[in-house]
Amino acid sequence: MSIYLDKSSKIFVQGITGSEGSYHTGRMLSYGTNIVGGVTPGKGGQKTAHGLPVFDTVKECVAATGATHQCIFVPPAGAADALLEAYEAGIRFSVCITEGVPVHDMLRVAGATPGMRIIGPNCPGLISPGKSLVGIMPGHVFKEGNVGLISRSGTLTYEVVDGLTRAGLGQSTCVGIGGDPIIGTTFVDCLRAFAEDPQTEALVLCGEIGGSDEEEAAAFIKRHLSDTPIVGFIGGRNAPPGKSLGHAGAIISGSFGTPQSKIAAFQAAGVPVADRPSQIPELLKERLGVRV
Amino acid sequence: MNLMEYQGKELFKRCGIPVPRSQHCKTPDDVAAFIAKNPGKWVVKAQVLMGGRGKAGKIKFAATAEEGRTVAREIMATPMPPNRQNPSGEAVNSLLVEETVEIEKEAYCAITVDRASKRPSIIVTRFGGMDVEEVHEKHPESFTYHFVDTAIGYWPFIGRGLAFDAELDAGYRKQFPAIAAGIYDLFFRYGAKLVEINPLVLTKDGRVVAADAKIELDDDGLFRYPEFKEWQAVLPLDEDERLAAEAGLGIRNFRRFGGTVGTLANGAGLAMGTMDAVKNAGGEIANFLDVGGGADAQRVRNCYELVVNHTAAKVFFINIFGGITRGDEVAKGIVTAMKETTSRKIPLVIRLTGTNEEEGRRILAEAGMTPVQTMDEGAKRAVELAAGA
Repeated sequence: MSIYLDKSSKIFVQGITGSEGSYHTGRMLSYGTNIVGGVTPGKGGQKTAHGLPVFDTVKECVAATGATHQCIFVPPAGAADALLEAYEAGIRFSVCITEGVPVHDMLRVAGATPGMRIIGPNCPGLISPGKSLVGIMPGHVFKEGNVGLISRSGTLTYEVVDGLTRAGLGQSTCVGIGGDPIIGTTFVDCLRAFAEDPQTEALVLCGEIGGSDEEEAAAFIKRHLSDTPIVGFIGGRNAPPGKSLGHAGAIISGSFGTPQSKIAAFQAAGVPVADRPSQIPELLKERLGVRV
Repeated sequence: MNLMEYQGKELFKRCGIPVPRSQHCKTPDDVAAFIAKNPGKWVVKAQVLMGGRGKAGKIKFAATAEEGRTVAREIMATPMPPNRQNPSGEAVNSLLVEETVEIEKEAYCAITVDRASKRPSIIVTRFGGMDVEEVHEKHPESFTYHFVDTAIGYWPFIGRGLAFDAELDAGYRKQFPAIAAGIYDLFFRYGAKLVEINPLVLTKDGRVVAADAKIELDDDGLFRYPEFKEWQAVLPLDEDERLAAEAGLGIRNFRRFGGTVGTLANGAGLAMGTMDAVKNAGGEIANFLDVGGGADAQRVRNCYELVVNHTAAKVFFINIFGGITRGDEVAKGIVTAMKETTSRKIPLVIRLTGTNEEEGRRILAEAGMTPVQTMDEGAKRAVELAAGA
């Protein structure tokens, strides 16, 4: 098992004929992801270089292929449109890779898509190693196993996963939830899903300064996952307050979102916090060892 | 994009939020001419993005045209003093001349995007006119929130409830629902991330007016509002933002800190992780730099020159987690960039992983650079080199 994604998930790619969409479709296919087709308005009836059918609308794509999962590579102005089109066509799972989606578009989408699981936007996607990869993650650093991982960042996730894999700690599912102010799936959403997954025995949470997602995750862990071995990490401890660094997520405002507040919340929930990514595997092994 | 007070108040007017009568002026002469035509008690306010104008002496009163000219000159003579967030200060290029209001009470009202509920959140406290973060520390219980269901939208009952729950002075009650409607309207009409009225003043003659305006528009949504191009052009970039833009980076992708270890990474998360690694190794960081997507020769060269010429870096730590990027290509890019640059040379420590990483490290070593395998190892080497330099 794994969360959100397994071998049977039928994926379609919105924006499949664009350069990013086409390139990453190829990568996902070679990883073994079950991609059944794609959507690009105006190019319906064509076949992609990978031999996949292209449709004009999501509705057609779903009817012809039975697709259940959407992966979005369209430009920022069209991302909300793509999400809502999929919702109307009955899709209830979407991964939005697009960076730069207006926050008001996501406010509207969030209010209009009850029951839809959206990962992102502005995220690297997710992977259930050995089963399926949806997004832009480099498949070769992952290895199938029992550790679930949730992260707000992209490249830092790969760094952490690389360390886990080298230490022999494979992963059940790794979710890059994205760094925008409004994201479809939070730490707590993922924790809920992981809590029900028999394959997942331990968890790694890679947080970041800004927002209060980590604090909420810590509260959830305290109540529902106190027996699960979990290790946390907070990126950006040396960032200056009040300034955005890179993407919108990493901003400290007021007393919320400081690294101290996040670390304290994790520790209060019994979650050790690694000082650096390279410490995560050993901390996790310790936690796993204690339980055995 | 953060707006200046006069720009924010222009949007307030368009959305029916009452503001004191005012005039935007570019020179002391403009100020004098306006007051000469409109006798009365006026306040002259520096138009800058930095906070703390009052304390910096950048808000002054004037009762005559001559006084107006004098205080305007004083305010514009010096830039806003530097603070922790803006170490280069900010020049005063224009002024807002505004009707003086007799203050009975000051409150605070804002609307912003709430991450947790994924809704717009209207925030009210009866403590206005001070730094909101300070209020949050001293009177956290005074904050009242309403998370608006966008399917329902804003209705007056929401404003009535907020005014009541926040225990706003009775004088606010009647007018507050319309003001909350105004900020809700503004928030959606212009794609704002934050609309803040601090203070929301109850005047001695019973009016409720927005005495200041702080608005942050969503940069990602600006393409829908070409009308703001003109305003954007007059907004100051701080020095780091300007340098980033000149190097072809996003304005938030570069920031300086004054240490001796220059850093570069691909992705904001890894860039922050790289700074943390340098700190962990006992070093002081010269800068944050997220190079973004690819690391081709031109990009690497721009970044190298940016760090070498504008920070105190004695060593440059490049941390690339290839993911899908090919290590040998990145290595070639770095070597080419270093051949082409005309800036002074400082040692490079390069951590490189990804497809063909061994080949990449070989190319770097042949070019006399220091390739390392892990982030921690790279940080350690960089800190040692900086200490020895």
